[in-house]
Amino acid sequence: MQERDALLKKKVQDSVEQIPRDKLELLDPIIEKYQGSTSYLIPALKEAQEMFGYLPMEVQRKLSKGLNIPAPHIYGVVTFYSFFTITPRGRHTIRLCLGTACYVKGAKEMLEIIVREIGINVGETSKDGRFTLEAVRCLGACGLAPVMMIGEDTHGNIIPSATLGIIEGYQ
Amino acid sequence: MCASPYYRLQIMMCAGTGCIASGSLDVRQAFERELTKRNLQNEVQIVMTGCNGFCAMGPLVVVYPDGVFYNQVKPEHVPLIVEEHILKGRVLEKLLFKDEKAKGRVPLMKDIGFFGLQRLIVLRNRGLIDAENIDEYIARDGYAGLAKALTEMTPEQVIEEVKTSGLRGRGGGGFPTGLKWEECRRYDNFPKYTICNGDEGDPGAFMDRSVMEGDPHSVLEGMAISGYGIGAEQGYIYVRAEYPLAIQRLQKAIEDARSYGLLGRNILGKGFDFDIAIAPGAGAFVCGESTALMYSIEGRRGMPRIKPPRSAEAGLWNQPTNLNNVETFANLNPIILNGGEWFASIGTENSKGTKVFALTGAVTNVGLVEVPMGTTLSSLIFDIGGGIPKKRKFKAAQIGGPSGGCIPLGMEDVEIDYESLQGVGAMMGSGGVVVMDEMTCMVDTARFFTNFSVDESCGKCTPCREGLKVMFDKLTDIVEGRGQEGDVEFLIELGHHINNTSHCGLGKSAANPVLSTIRYFRDEYDAHIRDKHCPALVCPDLIDFEVIEEKCKMCGMCFKNCPSNAIVWEKKKVAWIDKSKCTRCRTCIMNCKFGAIR
Repeated sequence: MQERDALLKKKVQDSVEQIPRDKLELLDPIIEKYQGSTSYLIPALKEAQEMFGYLPMEVQRKLSKGLNIPAPHIYGVVTFYSFFTITPRGRHTIRLCLGTACYVKGAKEMLEIIVREIGINVGETSKDGRFTLEAVRCLGACGLAPVMMIGEDTHGNIIPSATLGIIEGYQ
Repeated sequence: MCASPYYRLQIMMCAGTGCIASGSLDVRQAFERELTKRNLQNEVQIVMTGCNGFCAMGPLVVVYPDGVFYNQVKPEHVPLIVEEHILKGRVLEKLLFKDEKAKGRVPLMKDIGFFGLQRLIVLRNRGLIDAENIDEYIARDGYAGLAKALTEMTPEQVIEEVKTSGLRGRGGGGFPTGLKWEECRRYDNFPKYTICNGDEGDPGAFMDRSVMEGDPHSVLEGMAISGYGIGAEQGYIYVRAEYPLAIQRLQKAIEDARSYGLLGRNILGKGFDFDIAIAPGAGAFVCGESTALMYSIEGRRGMPRIKPPRSAEAGLWNQPTNLNNVETFANLNPIILNGGEWFASIGTENSKGTKVFALTGAVTNVGLVEVPMGTTLSSLIFDIGGGIPKKRKFKAAQIGGPSGGCIPLGMEDVEIDYESLQGVGAMMGSGGVVVMDEMTCMVDTARFFTNFSVDESCGKCTPCREGLKVMFDKLTDIVEGRGQEGDVEFLIELGHHINNTSHCGLGKSAANPVLSTIRYFRDEYDAHIRDKHCPALVCPDLIDFEVIEEKCKMCGMCFKNCPSNAIVWEKKKVAWIDKSKCTRCRTCIMNCKFGAIR
């Protein structure tokens, strides 16, 4: 348990250093826009994440004060939904679809290739900060299975052996 | 609008997510360039429509008034289409749909089996209107249903009409929509809410996405009708975060409807106030459950609560709330306009109307289809879906996503409606049909779905949170060769416990994929456990690949495609697999045209 606690604390420390204090002021317009109701929390967090790329403790605390929502509630929401992340991301997020249709058509082979060749597993970021790999449950583009999104681009009908070639195109 | 020019031809381009990913926006630019170059921009109109449904063949272009259907159009084909079809009036043979059975090309959209056998109610505007243009929706009887309800009917009559229609919830549960509304109307506690569930999380399902992207107004109209019926003045659409295009189009549709006075205060001068807001999701499968979804709109963790009280009594912010699926709402305009009896004349005795299915997996025509209830599974897969590609055999169809089950070979004549599917151990779910061929291992598939449910379990109640984990570990043991006698019985017992003791609908059905694969493919489980062999050659720890010498035609396809150089091959010699290098990735099997590797 102690080890685990230490690990959790370390992560928080790391992310505090990443965002300078003055940058947190960027959150003010979001706070102003969404003040008044807890029901605006998810859209507010979404915008904050678009701004910083992730939601470190600093950001959550600031939102907590601004929106007058208890910090544990915000932390609870952030950790519940897979869309939100507390740790920084790579420059490109690879969203590999592991939905049924993609799975049947070879997404598993693609995952194995990425793990082997890029060296990152699901949820991890490569050391050079280039890629973060996410497994998603159906992108709703089953007609093009197997599907992989890199950033905003959707790549469909991928032959597993071509996976690396597509990824290499993103610096 | 009187200033708009007369168009000789219209080019309908699919702008659904599938076709955009295949490059339809580039094709559109190419058309614009080419038409301007030849000074045809005032004669030929380009319309970007919602999802056409035939996603695998994208980008799709349909030229009206004839309805000529071109598939897999690339920007470089565009000058040719303009030259041949638009200018000379000749159909461009090579881009037409190729019918494998008839061994020919089919020029007209209506003659293609995939489209011909469908009956469109929910998808009535599919490929015909510009999703972002409210006038085109109105021109196709849009908002006429709302107008009829507001001007000619009382809220009670609206509910009565929906009850007559026999419409049942399209989200999976199949609860009669009219009864749901009636119950919600009974409570005299205001404000009330009506919610559209657009959190389509089932892997393999994309019908709701297609409706929200392709015909957003039909959802808004259905919600307004339900608001009038139950007495709600505010509606919410909960859309999952993975569908940015749907959110964007719904937002535009809401603004347009407001500016036309079809949403907002005093709609059509009838004193009915109704407005809609979008509540975006943030990636949690469990939020498709009604109470979890409401918590999520309230800005909390989306965890289901125990019912009763039902949402109709105490839902969003503890107020009476009605929640329906996207597809359910899209059915309402035709029901109000044509009457409940018309709708009830379609379908089977207990399941009325049509159902949209997302047909995916190992099937030739992947896409979105709408068929009357009671259509057989085989008709869906073989007549509309065009059968299994690569001459492989049909093995099973998975219906209902992670809550559903498999329907094996030999039972494909089952009629698709709520009751018959439950009878064979599957369920309607939201309507995702994933076809599996003989290359799919059922144990591995069951493990995949269990893994999904383990990840997506909210963790509130123990049977789902812990039981599924144990189930997953057991399945992992089996596919990795550590299976023991008695494992299957253990899985069956555990599965029944999970299904019987979980709180919410997701937990109650989470063991279905395992139970149904055991029911129909027990022999495959036994092969994994007793013989330590995977009959479908999927599980890497239980297979050894080798070349069958008699069948090998020495073509070298396996050699060329092997990613780990494990195949030894020379011209005119039978290939040979170096087992120390083989990673069992199956690339060679997939590429061998002669079935010479096993």
